Amino acid sequence: MSGIDIHGLEFEYGGQSTFRLQIRELRLEPGECVAIVGPSGSGKSTLLNLVAGTLLPAVGDIRVGDIRVNALGETERRRYRVGQVGQVFQAFELLEYLTVKENVLLPRYIDPSTPLDADARQRASELLASVGLAGKESRRPSRLSHGERQRVAVCRALLNRPSLLLADEPTGNLDQDNKQNVVKLLIEQARAHASTLLMVTHDRSLLDSFERIVDFNDLAWDKA
Amino acid sequence: MNGALQLGWRYLAYHRFKTAVLLASVTLMMFLPAATRLLVEDSAQALNARAALTPLLVGAKGSQLELVLSSLYFHAESPPEISYQVFKDVRDTELVIAIPLHARFRARDFPVVGTSLDYFEFRNLELAEGRLLGLLGECVIGAGVARKLGIGAGDSLVTSPETVFDLAGVYPLKMKVAGVFAPSGTPDDEAVFVDVRTSWVIQGMGHGHQDLAEASAGNAVLSRGEGAITANASLVQYNEITPQNVREFHFHGDTGGFPLTAVIAVPPDEKNGTLLRGRYLDNKESSEQLAVPGAVLDDLLETVFTVQNYVVLGLLILSLATVAVIVLVFLLSQQLRRGEFFTLRRMGASRAFIALLVASEIVFVFAASLVLAALMTWTVRAWATKLLLSLMTF
Repeated sequence: MSGIDIHGLEFEYGGQSTFRLQIRELRLEPGECVAIVGPSGSGKSTLLNLVAGTLLPAVGDIRVGDIRVNALGETERRRYRVGQVGQVFQAFELLEYLTVKENVLLPRYIDPSTPLDADARQRASELLASVGLAGKESRRPSRLSHGERQRVAVCRALLNRPSLLLADEPTGNLDQDNKQNVVKLLIEQARAHASTLLMVTHDRSLLDSFERIVDFNDLAWDKA
Repeated sequence: MNGALQLGWRYLAYHRFKTAVLLASVTLMMFLPAATRLLVEDSAQALNARAALTPLLVGAKGSQLELVLSSLYFHAESPPEISYQVFKDVRDTELVIAIPLHARFRARDFPVVGTSLDYFEFRNLELAEGRLLGLLGECVIGAGVARKLGIGAGDSLVTSPETVFDLAGVYPLKMKVAGVFAPSGTPDDEAVFVDVRTSWVIQGMGHGHQDLAEASAGNAVLSRGEGAITANASLVQYNEITPQNVREFHFHGDTGGFPLTAVIAVPPDEKNGTLLRGRYLDNKESSEQLAVPGAVLDDLLETVFTVQNYVVLGLLILSLATVAVIVLVFLLSQQLRRGEFFTLRRMGASRAFIALLVASEIVFVFAASLVLAALMTWTVRAWATKLLLSLMTF
């Protein structure tokens, strides 16, 4: 299990954009399930990308467990993403040319250091079965409902037993019932796999299930 | 690396139609120029091989190419004729071995070639079954004829009438198959060989009928004069030559005036060949000409190769346009897949992985196209000679 420790973080998009993200401090205990709420465009997704190592901060530290993410080189960050982080994206981002099971196995296709072996296939099947998708392994994502696709995306994020699960508005396109189901699923799966869960959302109706809720506005750190 | 290849394969397999169109385009782009060149080269080789083995041809004045093609491939329906006297004249020069050719008729769509036994020796044709021509009315057939018609030595074969509406024309002659030649891979496989006199019988220049001197022919006799008997229409004419009636077959007139389509002249050495050529070159009044098949076909092939070069150039330009379209398709495809690649990157895929994924798709398409194009070229090449022979023979 890995906690998250963010300290004195500053990030700014280059070019003509004036977007600037500043976070004084954010700390998640290992295995904690935390929701970050805030208005759209406030930088919640950017924060997840920084924690995932997809973006690098200009100033500050991001530590996940023993790993200082912002100090890693590109290859190490890539390995960290594949090995330590499971991500659930807002628009599912499933590949239509792969079956449901192959989509779950996608992290193994990507990472040459983790074999795409019988164990991995077995785990993919078990994950799908655990979210009620047994028997739909050979279907294409377009043949599934929104809720089912989201569950596939969660299974994909969990395949490599990540210590950190990042979910970026995973309920954005769902109705209220499915929103609650997805949140429940994420928390259940995070707990079942002993992962730390960080989910960002602007939907305050989903927050009851989380152990802690962080208002993004409270993280802002105006140095001036 | 393995993962990128697998994803590339999955992508192509899922987009079957797009992949099939790309495969077809790239395959044709590779196949057409290569096949054109190989087909022409193989055809030229096959044409030249037979032409090179036929030193000189004497035939009616006119197109040398027509003379060569009709004599080597028996393809012409009604080639211009020369008289048998020309054969005698060539033979009597004693400069060459003269072989008569009379290739005007057909038997069930196969050319009937009237010739002499020298032809078989000259072409190195070996019997697979039966024997060579012995009697008037017999034929020896090529291996292709035997295979396609399902006949062999001892069977019979009927010549085709020139036209069903021409009642005064050539009547069918039932011929006995004396033998079958072994396959030679030449137009001789697709020909029916008869003695030149049999071909004259087919043409109606020789015929067989009841002996009018016999009493049994009484009803057929219209009048009996001094040294001449006139028969009426009831006279029985034979349409098959058998050992029983072969003696009734005869020719009217001087055989020197009977038709041939060509004479093959085989000089024992270059000097004799040159001397014979000189005689025809010097004789401007002659109604015959002497052709050197190798030279005639070289002229033809020179034209063919020039045309081929233009065709291949055109195909190469077309290929460049195809490549440009394919590159465009791939680039547009990459644009459409930016989201997919971004997701892969966010999940931890390296730039090299994405590049390998795209490259693997391109390599799969080109490799499969290469294999397909090679197979198609091999198939066309395997059939090229047969195709050429069938085109030349019919």
